[in-house]
Amino acid sequence: MKFFYFHFMPYLHLDPQIRAEYDSCWMVLPNRAYDPKRGHELYNRYLDELELGELLGFDGLCLNEHHSTAYGMMPAPNLICAALARRTKRIKIAILGNATPLRDHPLMVAEELAMLDNIMGGRLICGFVRGIGVEYLVWGVNPTYSHERFHESQELIVRAWTATEPFAFEGKHYHVPWVNIWPRPYQEPHPPIWTPTNGSTETVEWAARTDHRYKYLQNLSAADACKRYMALYRDVAHRNGWEATPAHLGWGCPVYVAETDAIAEREMKPHIESFYNTFFRNPPHRFVPPGYMSLESMRRLAVDKIPVFGPQTLENLMKHGIVLCGSPKTVREQLAHNAKDWGFDTHMGAFHFGTLPHELTVKSLRLFAESVIPYLRDVNEPTVSQPEAEYQHQ
Amino acid sequence: MTTERELIEVRGVKLMMRDLGAGPRILYLHGFDGAQAASALTGRLAQEFRVLIPDHAGMGETDTPPWLETIHDMAYFYLDLLDTLDLDDLHLVGFDLGGWIALEIAIRSTERLRSLTLIGSAGIHVNGVPKGDLFMRSPDVVLRSLFADPAKADAILSRKPTREEEDTLIKNRFTIARVGWHPPLTDPHLAKWLHRIQLPVHIIWGDTDRLFPLDYAREFERSISGSRVTVLPQCGHAAHIEKPEALASAISTFVKEH
Repeated sequence: MKFFYFHFMPYLHLDPQIRAEYDSCWMVLPNRAYDPKRGHELYNRYLDELELGELLGFDGLCLNEHHSTAYGMMPAPNLICAALARRTKRIKIAILGNATPLRDHPLMVAEELAMLDNIMGGRLICGFVRGIGVEYLVWGVNPTYSHERFHESQELIVRAWTATEPFAFEGKHYHVPWVNIWPRPYQEPHPPIWTPTNGSTETVEWAARTDHRYKYLQNLSAADACKRYMALYRDVAHRNGWEATPAHLGWGCPVYVAETDAIAEREMKPHIESFYNTFFRNPPHRFVPPGYMSLESMRRLAVDKIPVFGPQTLENLMKHGIVLCGSPKTVREQLAHNAKDWGFDTHMGAFHFGTLPHELTVKSLRLFAESVIPYLRDVNEPTVSQPEAEYQHQ
Repeated sequence: MTTERELIEVRGVKLMMRDLGAGPRILYLHGFDGAQAASALTGRLAQEFRVLIPDHAGMGETDTPPWLETIHDMAYFYLDLLDTLDLDDLHLVGFDLGGWIALEIAIRSTERLRSLTLIGSAGIHVNGVPKGDLFMRSPDVVLRSLFADPAKADAILSRKPTREEEDTLIKNRFTIARVGWHPPLTDPHLAKWLHRIQLPVHIIWGDTDRLFPLDYAREFERSISGSRVTVLPQCGHAAHIEKPEALASAISTFVKEH
């Protein structure tokens, strides 16, 4: 297995009184609730916590992109990646961001990512996203074109990365008569593309196309939904004429490891509950604006994404298998079970969530790195006779 | 009075049209809330006029054609409909979204029109006069903002919609977002061509319209020469629900003059 470490970088010093005046910390919470001096401390604390990931032996770091929110202070994940690029030497950096439908020009994204891949000598992974519903409200971008722009912008970016002669791109949303980006990406044919998602049939269909074979990452979802969507990915791949392997699938969830199960539950509880109840929540009409997803996916969301709308408790999150919480033994058994049962080779642990303080973040990271990772290295890895599947060959 | 519902095919798209009453012809273009929401008004108008009430492309029971992307597409589709039915001497009446479509039709061609009535119409933006929003606020909050009298909203909210009505609501919201998301409920190219509307134009507005404040009525009045404004007292944006009698009589008086 491969182990990635995800940081949301929340602005965790929210004044509860100000927060209580608003139904969400996305869009509506005014930025007077943000203190730049504390923000400065947090950015540097979080970068330290991410850099520690390399020393501890993680395979990769995950960054994400969100706008107008205390949920994450990373509206520009490429900047955070640049800050990490020269402070790390070995670890991969997966940007689960670059919400291309929200951007005016995908070629800017193609160029920035190519720069980062060159600086890092090929350590970049690109997890393109659509952005969440509320981001279409705060950016004034029409959500009914979200899927179209997501697909077309990625097509343009991949062609711009792989073409070695100028070409014309004649799309509906992007029409560029002369594409010739400098630099080209370091990796051949281009950096791996991942598809992070909360789960939707449309996303599975997109990622599992024969000419894509993009790694599909199911995030922050109930266990039965994770299992179902990963099985769907294999089915769609098979229907398309190719066989998906664990190398095509990943699972993302909040993780907390402590000395014993009881300590872990006691220490995780207030901070994971703040993540869901203070930082994560959006009312339905802003979470799913018109056209952002199909009617079928909207109806299913209400079932699969249990934590989105109502108040959350650690007990409920554990019951639905949304988080990993416990002693190293508990966490490694649960993770090994899920990996084998659902068939993924990559785990993305959100080791920081909500108001979790630095000391606890580091303690949990160290325990996971020392007492979980080494025991699971061989799970779902290809044997010598089964070479690792190429999940991107174009 | 006759009541007919008919599916009409226009260049491969099935459009639902209600055809009520008899007399001079009114083509009523419905608002964001769909044709059914205006039944009190259209029923009253049908006592004096023949009222044609289509569901817009992508709304109600009309198909959502793949080419439907802008308000201009809506307008050209209606010009196609009028050609298909060969209808002339129409009094065009439009409420909010329908008013916007009516304006887009009229700047392109007034050939088949006798007069234009705008009720709380969308389509332009007046800098410094914020419009109400349809998408950032919850549907309940939006609905409450449409009336001067809160009891009107309570009455609507107390009724739970059927599954079919919910599906229509989602369909309608998709189409409104598609044509009106950005810039919000505005065509930045509309205002510069309003002088082309060489018709009798009547602008009717609720005095407490919080979706498009009364300044928008005045802006339309300034932009369309010879137009006149009627302000309905103690009336919010949804005049067709809040004051259907007063609205119908304002429409009727003007239409009969032309």
